[in-house]
Amino acid sequence: MLVEGMSAMNAVSEADGEGTRPSPPRPKVRLRLINAKVSRGGALFLGGLPFLFVAIAYLIASAQRLAVNPSDKLLPSPAQMWSAFLDLATVPDKRSGDLILWVDTYASLVRLFAGVGVATFVALSLGIAIGFIPRVRAFLLPFVTVVCVIPPLALLPILFIALGLGETAKITLIAIGVAPVMVRDIANRVMELPTELVAKAQTLGGNSWTMVLRLVLPQVMPRLITCVRLALGPAWLFLIAAEAIASTEGLGYRIFLVRRYLSMDVILPYVAWITLLAVITDWLLVRLSQAVSPWAHPVEAK
Amino acid sequence: MSRIVVHGLEKSYGDARVLERVNVTAEAGEFLSLVGASGCGKSTFLRILLGQEQQSGGVVVIGDGPIVPEPTPQRGIVFQRYSVFPHLTAIQNLLLVEDFRSGGPFGRVFGARRRNARQEAEVMLERVGLAHARDLYPASLSGGMQQRLAIAQTLLGRPQILLLDEPFGALDPGIRVEMHELLTELWTEHGMTVVMVTHDIGEAFKLGTRVLVFDKVRHDPQFPSAYGATITYDLKLDRKNRASSQEVAKVAAMVGTARPDSAIATTASQRRV
Repeated sequence: MLVEGMSAMNAVSEADGEGTRPSPPRPKVRLRLINAKVSRGGALFLGGLPFLFVAIAYLIASAQRLAVNPSDKLLPSPAQMWSAFLDLATVPDKRSGDLILWVDTYASLVRLFAGVGVATFVALSLGIAIGFIPRVRAFLLPFVTVVCVIPPLALLPILFIALGLGETAKITLIAIGVAPVMVRDIANRVMELPTELVAKAQTLGGNSWTMVLRLVLPQVMPRLITCVRLALGPAWLFLIAAEAIASTEGLGYRIFLVRRYLSMDVILPYVAWITLLAVITDWLLVRLSQAVSPWAHPVEAK
Repeated sequence: MSRIVVHGLEKSYGDARVLERVNVTAEAGEFLSLVGASGCGKSTFLRILLGQEQQSGGVVVIGDGPIVPEPTPQRGIVFQRYSVFPHLTAIQNLLLVEDFRSGGPFGRVFGARRRNARQEAEVMLERVGLAHARDLYPASLSGGMQQRLAIAQTLLGRPQILLLDEPFGALDPGIRVEMHELLTELWTEHGMTVVMVTHDIGEAFKLGTRVLVFDKVRHDPQFPSAYGATITYDLKLDRKNRASSQEVAKVAAMVGTARPDSAIATTASQRRV
C-alpha cells in the first residue's frame, strides 16, 4: 500500500513538472485463458480452494451425523480425531508400553526406505549398464521388460512363502514392485544421451568406465531423483499392502487393525499422517536434486 | 601433424548409397573445407573420419595406420550443437580433458596435476575470451560462447586432426566473423590438420586451404538413392593469394543452395583484412 501510494505521488509530481504529459494509459485487454498469468497470492488462493472445499464438506457432513447420533463412528469430529491421534502419539500403549504412532511410523519408514533404496541402487547400476553397454542391453533388456509387467502384488504370497513373514519379504516386495520400471526409465534416459556428447567424451580420452563416472552418472542424476519421487507412490501402496497382510506394527498394519472397530477417528488421521510424510519426502527429494544437479534446475527469471 | 588418406571410400545405409568413390589425400596441417548440398553425405564423411560410423568399403588411413573404428583422442571434434557438457561449468568442462586423459579409474586428477591442469584451463579460457564466464553452466552461455568453449575444450585435448561439423552454423554473422578469426589464430598456433563441414561457401573459402565439393555425378531417375555423392571439385587455395570471385561463384553454383553474391562478399571482405 505504502509503496503504491508513493509511486502514485511520484507520478503526480512528475506530471506536474512536465505540465501536460498524460499518465500512460494502462490498456485493459482481455487475454486468452492460456495467457492470463496467476499472481503468487492468486495461486495460493486457487490452490487452497480444493482443500478448503473438502474440509468444509467433511465438517458439514460430520456435524449433521453427530447431531443425529452423538456416538456415530463413521464421520468423527476434528476434536475426536485430534484426541485419538494425540493418544497414539503421546500415551504409551497399555499392553506394550510403546508410543504407537512413532513405533508405526519408524517401522514403516524403515521398510519403505530400505525397499526404495535397494530399488534405486539396482536401477542405477542396471539402468546405466543396460543403457550404455550394447552387450548388457541385449542380455538384460528383454528380461527386464518382461519382469516389468508382472503385477508385484501377485508375487506377494510367493515372497511370504519363500522369505517368511518378516521384514525381508516386505522390503523385497517394495523393491521388486518399483525397481523394474526405474531400471527401464534410467536405461532409456542413458540411451537418450546425445551421441555427440558420448563421441566428444571419447575424443577427450574417456574410456567406458570413466565416461560412466564423469558423463553418464551426473547426467542421469536428476532423472534418477525424479524416478524415486514417482516410485514412492507405488512403494507406499506395496508397503501398506504388505503390512495389512502380515505385520505387528506399521502404519498400514494399524489402519487395517482398527478397521475392525470402525475407528475412523484413527484411520483418518493416519491417512493424513501418511500423506504428510509422503509430501515431506517429495519436497526433500526436490531439494536434493537442486543441490546435486544445479545445472538441471536453471534459476527461472522472476 | 597427421595426414589423411582416403581411397575408394563407400558408404551405404541398406540400399541407399550415400558416398561412393571418394578419394582424397590431405597433407598434415592442411585446412579442408567440405561443401555440398544438404544431405549429400559430407557430414557422413566427417563422422567416418571421427570413427562414429564405419565405411562400407574403401580405405581410410590416418597418420601411420588404418583408422581406428571408434572415436579416439587422435581426432578432436566440434559439433554444431551438444558440443560441451551441460552438467559442468566452463572451467570444469576444460578440466575434464585432463581428468579423462590421465585421471585413472576415478576419471579425475588430483594434487599438483590438478593445479597444473587448472592453470592450463584458465589460460585457455582467457585465450578464447571466456575468463569472465568460468563458473557458468553452458545453459547460461550464448551460442557463440558455447562454441568457443567447445573449441577450447577440443584443443586442450591436443588432437592431431580437428574435425568441425558446421561449428558456426547456428551463430549470428557478427559472432561468426569473430569465431573465424579465433579459429584461424588457433590453427596457425597449433598447426593441426582441420576438416570442416560448412554450408557457408564464403566461410569455406575464407578459412580453408582447400575446398572440396561433394555432389552426385550419377543419377538414376528410377532409383534416386542408387548412387552416392563423391568429390566433384577439389580446389587448392593459396592463403596469400585468395580465390577469385569466379571460382567462388563456380563452387556456389555447384552447391546450388547458397547465393553466390553473399559468398563472394564474405571472401572479398576477407581479402581486405
